[in-house]
Amino acid sequence: MSVRTLPLVFINLGGEMLYILDQRLQALNTSEDNSEKVMNDIVGAMFSKDFMDELLKPQQLYSHRTLKTVLTRLAHASIMRLNQASMDKLYELMVMAFKYQVFLCPRPKDLLLITYNHIDTIREFVRHTPVVVNQVDETQRKIIEVYSSLPEGEFQLLRQTLLIFFQDMHVRVSLFLQNKVQNPNGRFALSASGPVPHGIDVPGLIRMFDRKGREVRRGEFPTGGSYTSPIRQGCFELHGDRVIRLGMNMYTGNNPEETHTSKASSVKKDDAPNLLAKEELNLLARLMGSMKAENTPETETGFRINLFTTDQEEEDAGASGGAEQSLFGVINIQAMQDEQAATQLARIAGQFAEGDKLPEDLSSSKGDDLLAMMDDL
Amino acid sequence: MYHKEKSIQIKNSASALYNNLGVLRIAPRRLTYFTVVHANVVNMVSASWDGLNYSHRQLQSKEPNVATSTSLITQAAFCALPSRDMLVVTSQKGIQMYESDGSIMVYWHALDTPETTTELLCVPAQAVFARGISAVCESYICVGLSTGAILVFDVPSKGSNITLSDVIEGHKESITDMASECCGGEVCIADLVSADDGGNLCVWKSGEEFKLLNHIPGFDISCSSVKLWKGTVVAGYGTGQIRLYEAVTGILHAEINAHARWIYSLDIAPFSGLLLSAAEDSLVRVWHLTMTPESHSVEIAHLHNECVTDTQICGAKFCDSDGYAFAVTGYDLSEIIRYTQS
Repeated sequence: MSVRTLPLVFINLGGEMLYILDQRLQALNTSEDNSEKVMNDIVGAMFSKDFMDELLKPQQLYSHRTLKTVLTRLAHASIMRLNQASMDKLYELMVMAFKYQVFLCPRPKDLLLITYNHIDTIREFVRHTPVVVNQVDETQRKIIEVYSSLPEGEFQLLRQTLLIFFQDMHVRVSLFLQNKVQNPNGRFALSASGPVPHGIDVPGLIRMFDRKGREVRRGEFPTGGSYTSPIRQGCFELHGDRVIRLGMNMYTGNNPEETHTSKASSVKKDDAPNLLAKEELNLLARLMGSMKAENTPETETGFRINLFTTDQEEEDAGASGGAEQSLFGVINIQAMQDEQAATQLARIAGQFAEGDKLPEDLSSSKGDDLLAMMDDL
Repeated sequence: MYHKEKSIQIKNSASALYNNLGVLRIAPRRLTYFTVVHANVVNMVSASWDGLNYSHRQLQSKEPNVATSTSLITQAAFCALPSRDMLVVTSQKGIQMYESDGSIMVYWHALDTPETTTELLCVPAQAVFARGISAVCESYICVGLSTGAILVFDVPSKGSNITLSDVIEGHKESITDMASECCGGEVCIADLVSADDGGNLCVWKSGEEFKLLNHIPGFDISCSSVKLWKGTVVAGYGTGQIRLYEAVTGILHAEINAHARWIYSLDIAPFSGLLLSAAEDSLVRVWHLTMTPESHSVEIAHLHNECVTDTQICGAKFCDSDGYAFAVTGYDLSEIIRYTQS
């Protein structure tokens, strides 16, 4: 429904992705140089002008498949490589975190504050590289320009579009279960107490008026909750105190169990049909085409990072018989970028460059190439 | 005052949309139909009153062609006209009208959207959709649009010869909800009220040409749900407030700080004056409206609360005109929760 979801989706999901990667890199005592490089490369790709400009065009939010493909490509802008299972796990974690934030968002407009919380932390990750910081600042200025004037009703439409997109996902995340923000059945906890959002009155008052508009009676009713007055409003500028904590980095850095996930009994399958609608393929092509193709020089040593388990647990999981989807994914960080994949991608993306006329019928072979490429990632 | 009954399981969970529950009581067959929207599908359940039989049906939103992506549904509502009942489904692409059991689609109206398949950049900067459905008096069904316009359809007593008879303009912002009341034998001054994303309310008189009787300005806060009862507009807002206005004059009778979050659904049981309000704060509240004809005023009293734990409620409706029972839906919940008076 809303045609303005993509920038917020990518910044927030991308932000969650970076939080998780940062936590893993730290937990494994990765050198500061390597950590910074990974962060700079991904943030640089995500906040690149071309990519952001594509996102900012009014358009629909398509399927999880498309989103996952683009996010994987973004992650591959660094020296990191993700296999399909790892990306699936990472994606689930990212989406559940963002779903939680959107669900609990006090007012629809506070989606912006959540986004700015992500941007603030991202800026911290790349603070030693002024070029990238500039990109982040520029992007935030554009977001402020486009979204600040949207009325609250449009933000609610945006939020509703996101909630529909996240519907039926109930993956349990250890960190959320520990902090009691998620119940064992996978649903988020909603409290009937605490401060009301800014601009809302504490429930309980009934006021009656006469025909001349004068208040003639007041009454109270039992609310069944214990609400308090709102706290101050967060800052919507480039820098400032956002006040709400949704969107801030929840991962502390040393605890590998925080990123454990398990599916609740009813699992939502990605039931997007194999053939993506033409509109969606167009979007995918444009987004891929707008991302910088990184040319990272080879480094001498490769290093491997376990995202979700210790080595021992991974061996055990592997040994305990192959379920089609292993419970714990592993993210391998290779030293060399997969040059072949990058060239193939660039070639396919180049075929859909702006200004070219699309072929009359999106011939099956080209469509298949793009889809096959997605599956290979 | 009310106790919880056995829930009805539905095939999919409910989406976070305003007024996301449709209820139609079919007394001669001792059945009630329920509709709940899930993304691009309407889940319909037909429940027998003895609680023994449930049958399910799913209706899909109509896709204009294969090249476009799925069309999300914004609302599904029953329209009870004197001669027939219909089920109306509004989406991003258009308006579908079905016989009330969902068995046949009798009418399709496509919304004007620019062709998105030929030009990549030809996408409107605003979302395009239909939302807000109401039957009006003898033979009209009115549907709102994201542009603020309202389409008036003329519905014959049988068959599929439904025609678009008027387009009325009273709003500049997206329509959120609409409601009507048919006063039976009495003369009604106002018979339709429409609400928009800016909280503005328009009060209309139906006829060959619909007449705008009054415009009640909003406060830049969406009015997400609206009802009309005995000449009183009952409106629920994104601030969690409920306001009661005299429809024709716009005089404010009462203002209630009812909920701590956005209100998603209001309903009135016309015979008893019971009012139901439901919001994202997980609460459903039951109120009582009383008219005092001498002072031409309406009073409201709070009766009851129900909390649906950890759930942002998106639909709440009475199952009968006395308000003896009501049903509730919530985002991500695959059931229709029911409550009956004790």
